Amino acid sequence: MSGETFTFTVDGVEIEAFPGQTIIQACDAAGVYIPRLCYHPDLEPAGHCRVCTCKIDGRRSSACTMPASRGMVVESNTAELNADRRTVIEMLFVEGNHFCPYCEKSGDCELQALAYRLGLAAPELPYQWPHRELDASHPDIFIDRNRCVLCSRCIRASRTEDGKTVFGFERRGIHMRLNIDAKALDETNIAAADKAVHVCPVGCIVIKRTGYRTPYGSRRFDQAPIGSDIEVKRAHHPAKEGR
Amino acid sequence: MSSAQVSQGPRKIVIDPVTRVEGHGKVTIRLNEAGEVDQARFHIVEFRGFERFVQGRMYWEVPLIIQRLCGICPVSHHLAAAKAMDLVAGVDRITPTAEKMRRLMHYGQVLQSNALHIFHLASPDLLFGFDAPPEQRNIIAVLNRYPEIGKWAIFIRKFGQEVIKATGGRKIHPTSAIPGGINHNLSIESRDALRKDVDQILAWCSAALDQHKAYVAKNQALHRDFARMRSNFVSLVGSQGGMDLYDGRLRAINADGQAIFDGVAPADYRDYFIEEVRPWSYLKFPHIRSLSREAGWYRVGPLAQVNCCASIGTPLAEAARREFMAENGGGPVQPTLAYHWARLIVLLHCAEKIKELLFDDELQDTDLLVKGERRGEGIACIEAPRGTLFHHYIVDENDQVTSANLIVSTTSNNEAMNRAVQQVAKTDISGHEITEALLNHVEVAIRAFDPCLSCATHALGQMPLVVTLEDAQGSVVATGVRE
Repeated sequence: MSGETFTFTVDGVEIEAFPGQTIIQACDAAGVYIPRLCYHPDLEPAGHCRVCTCKIDGRRSSACTMPASRGMVVESNTAELNADRRTVIEMLFVEGNHFCPYCEKSGDCELQALAYRLGLAAPELPYQWPHRELDASHPDIFIDRNRCVLCSRCIRASRTEDGKTVFGFERRGIHMRLNIDAKALDETNIAAADKAVHVCPVGCIVIKRTGYRTPYGSRRFDQAPIGSDIEVKRAHHPAKEGR
Repeated sequence: MSSAQVSQGPRKIVIDPVTRVEGHGKVTIRLNEAGEVDQARFHIVEFRGFERFVQGRMYWEVPLIIQRLCGICPVSHHLAAAKAMDLVAGVDRITPTAEKMRRLMHYGQVLQSNALHIFHLASPDLLFGFDAPPEQRNIIAVLNRYPEIGKWAIFIRKFGQEVIKATGGRKIHPTSAIPGGINHNLSIESRDALRKDVDQILAWCSAALDQHKAYVAKNQALHRDFARMRSNFVSLVGSQGGMDLYDGRLRAINADGQAIFDGVAPADYRDYFIEEVRPWSYLKFPHIRSLSREAGWYRVGPLAQVNCCASIGTPLAEAARREFMAENGGGPVQPTLAYHWARLIVLLHCAEKIKELLFDDELQDTDLLVKGERRGEGIACIEAPRGTLFHHYIVDENDQVTSANLIVSTTSNNEAMNRAVQQVAKTDISGHEITEALLNHVEVAIRAFDPCLSCATHALGQMPLVVTLEDAQGSVVATGVRE
């Protein structure tokens, strides 16, 4: 590391960071996993989902948006914060219509994987059973809004990566929903190769006729829990335990 | 445990729930002033609605959605839907490896489901007698009294489920069949593990068949006469009319064994079958279109599978078939209890086919998926453990399902089950004191068909049941509710 680096601690583990790195970026590089949903390493952070909320010097903030700074004391993997994360995930489950048994994203779904990692066996909050539309008008892509978790990854990717404005939000609060800049998806300029189509953490934006290709047992999160790909880095380069 | 509710005078006897069947049904027997059976009906009080659930969904999701109808024979629904969606994907012939993988999965399914029925559900009746105390007529009692049969029950079923896991990824609700093929081949590790056990499974299936034949020999009159009826039969048959549980053409024979129709492509099923709705049951009543409602009803399932085929392509099952057919001078075997014997022949056939496929190297090939030009409709049939299963889907230009029609095996057997109930009620209940054991005779008759009621009615869970007792004039004399 260059002389510009500094350190801070997460759950007592000393993390080395560069100036400008967010907490989540520095932690990812150091092999410390902070649960997240709307964050995507290729996109600007949005701080939408609140799953990565940590206590930073005693105050809550989203790790994906908060820049790391020297000497910062971060709490992440605590019973209290994980309980809150579980509740956020649970609310996302009951506010949508998530039928994992047949969803083609099952086993590769970050919402499902987070639920497993955080120990959410079954929601206790009442299901809302909202009416949501499925837009299959595009020849190569379909949107199933039953599964949308309003992470905004597609909105950000469409704007910054694809140079388009296919996606956006409409309405507010509990009524917020994913919108497109036309009446139907086939009237937009979206293409199957667009980044926006490939960053969805759930089974909302999907390439048609590609489902279930990976056998059960070989899917991404069949192999290891979500976050393992980050944590494996720490196994190879153990971070120093904090003071 | 069944319960009987009896009112005074003209009486309506309700057996609810019918135990040891898949799902939830209700039997109503109405007695007249003289205490004779006036009417007996097998009601289906579950409602499922899967044909509606798949509307609007993407066609490649259907093999996974539709199999959630059932946890007993999901493979049959998974594969029937996959076969229909092969056609929608424009694929008339999948690769040999894909077909063999699906076949192996299906033989595992039929093996485990037939084992479940014959050993777990039906054997308590056969081993302890229909009139044995209800607390004795269950698989736990079988395990205690007949540990060898209990062993067969557990390990044959387990083996079938392991075959499903090896080919479908999971023991229940597999995920491997996709439109146009399959998503993996059989691993060497899975193959070798199954090879290790298959001979033992085959030996146990043979032993179970022998034991059942001995039972039949000892109880000839009961076997011949219990809930006896003469009927038409329908089944898929393969090339040269041989037994084929995975694919083939439809054959219907009458009670004398003559063809009503033969060589019918599943895609033409609507020209040959008609589905009738009756107001007192959620289960439809299909019959053969060219015959009247009275004459056109038919039976499906193991008895039909064995009666309709000209031969079975595996030696042990073929020998067993010949012996079975000799029972009726070569014509279709009719006794209701013969379903069990036929089920064991099919069980043996599946074990033989599984062994054959486990030694077929094509299952390790990697050519798994074929693509074609999209079509708007897919119709497919498969011989599920309980009989011929029809899946029919229409898919729009956006790849969304616009309509679905399923005729499941239990639906096809609906008329036959009602007739069996009526037959048993008339011979066993009329003029007798109503006991648990007598009521159980009605259940035994229904159970012979191994009905899967949840599949057949396509529910938002099991409904609470309201039981109404009526007199001969239709006036309500009592109402009971079962949560």
